[in-house]
Amino acid sequence: MGNEIIDGFIKAFQLILSGDPTVMEISGRSILISSSATMLSVLWGLPVASILGLKRFRGRFLLKGFFNAMLGIPTVALGLILYLFFSNAGPIGFLHLLYSPPAIIIGQAILITPITVSFITSAIESIDPEIKDLAKTLGASEIEASIAVLKESMNGVVLAITASFNRAIAELGVVLMVGGNIAGFTSVLTTTIALETNKGNIELSIALAIILLLIVSVLSISINLIQRRRT
Amino acid sequence: MSSRSKLRCFGERRHIYKGALAIGIAKHNGGKMRKTYLIWVALLVVAVVGSVAGTMYYLGAPTKNRVIVSTTTSLYDTGLLDAIESEFETKYSIDLNFISVGTGIAVQHAQRGDADLILVHSPTDELTFLTGGTGLNRKIIAYNFFVIVGPETDPAQIRDTTPFQALSKIVESGRNGNVKWVSRGDNSGTHVKEKSLWTAAGFNLTTLTKESWYINAGSGMGDTLKKADYFSAYTLADVGTYLKYYRDGLISLKVLVEQEKDLLNVYSAIAVNQTLHPNVNFDGAMTFVKFLISDEGQQIIEQFGKDDYGQSLFYPAVRLLKENTEPTIAQWIREYAFFNGTECPPEYRKGYPELYD
Repeated sequence: MGNEIIDGFIKAFQLILSGDPTVMEISGRSILISSSATMLSVLWGLPVASILGLKRFRGRFLLKGFFNAMLGIPTVALGLILYLFFSNAGPIGFLHLLYSPPAIIIGQAILITPITVSFITSAIESIDPEIKDLAKTLGASEIEASIAVLKESMNGVVLAITASFNRAIAELGVVLMVGGNIAGFTSVLTTTIALETNKGNIELSIALAIILLLIVSVLSISINLIQRRRT
Repeated sequence: MSSRSKLRCFGERRHIYKGALAIGIAKHNGGKMRKTYLIWVALLVVAVVGSVAGTMYYLGAPTKNRVIVSTTTSLYDTGLLDAIESEFETKYSIDLNFISVGTGIAVQHAQRGDADLILVHSPTDELTFLTGGTGLNRKIIAYNFFVIVGPETDPAQIRDTTPFQALSKIVESGRNGNVKWVSRGDNSGTHVKEKSLWTAAGFNLTTLTKESWYINAGSGMGDTLKKADYFSAYTLADVGTYLKYYRDGLISLKVLVEQEKDLLNVYSAIAVNQTLHPNVNFDGAMTFVKFLISDEGQQIIEQFGKDDYGQSLFYPAVRLLKENTEPTIAQWIREYAFFNGTECPPEYRKGYPELYD
């Protein structure tokens, strides 16, 4: 047991140092897919979160509660629903996206939207509401005052984006169901780990898991460092 | 709050006031600020959409001539299909995309038009699929035998018995609390086979599955083998996955019953009807089927695993059935996996008459 993990470590570094083409390709695809998904979820999540965090309107708590609840959506359930949508017999089957990278990007983006929205909303809410009033007193318009608040909550927003990316790249259920883990086309780190484990290649699975952990660690630590410099 | 963090808080507040002040001043520049912001937001949106679209394009939308093959796990996870794919793709400009799932889901995929071809091993499900109208041109491609595996000590003493005797003995010992049985429980081809074995051996499955020695794993072959190994239990396995796990030292279970008519395992290919699902690549699928049953394809199937395991994991079935090279096994296959005396009744064939010469 312990030996397998150590062997996995050694193998992981061998694979990275030798620049194993399959591993590089799968890791690259994982990063590209998940960063695209993160960008998409920020694209539609940031406006939603800004409204939730800055405006006071009827149904706001219900909407916030909805996004909070969706944080815990079982990924097989979401994967199944998305599969039925993308399926050729499904409502958007005519796009023929099933079992392709775009399908995974969209799936991951939907999966992480609750994380993006909830985290950014609470980051905005934690900023002193005084600042908005102050900006307005000084003659700023509603939008400008809101942007001032957003700027102040930047640290929280960055954390939300990092968390969303980490969740996306770690996703298995949705990716397997809409991507199909096709070698050289839709296989990413998590699906390859699952497949290699099924095949009984434990050492390779551990090695790939370590590479996945390295990616998220390096990313999160660099973002922390950058933020520390800025403040 | 410590005095230090209070200080810090004050510092931040001051910074905030500065930010607000800047906006206030900018406001006096007469709406310019707002325009600049709008331009930035628009640019950012364009940049995000552009890079996402670029990534999608770079990673590739589905290629025109691809064939999606939903396949039973045993054919893919053993590595056989990878071996076949690399030979096939050097000859044809068709991109093979394998989705490795159980037979049950593979049939589902095909019925929804999400696969062009299925490779499965459950004759009863295959017949339902054909009569449902979605499946066409079924062709038997290979066979091997399921094995009943269990702990080396063999507490139920099933070694060298027939499958039915073995199951009876396992039930008896199980009810005495001495042994356990692990079932796939996932509607895969292997699970369907297991269920039919229990029924044929004279047991009522509904009652069996409720008994405490009968463990419903609900997992793939590899996981099920690992669970059986952990519990020192018996299970039904496809020989390919078993050999791989055994050789890699992941399990210590031994083959106790094998090479029996009742443990026959037959793999077939079935294409999806294009008139029902216009998007499927029927001709591409048939090109692959023809390759599978060609001398070259059959040769790959026979050779696969010999170097690693000292024996074939799958045996080619085409010549065997055509020329009756091994009459006993050919007869077994006909009894087990033929419908009305043929591998594919004429009403479920479309084009490609050379398949059934």
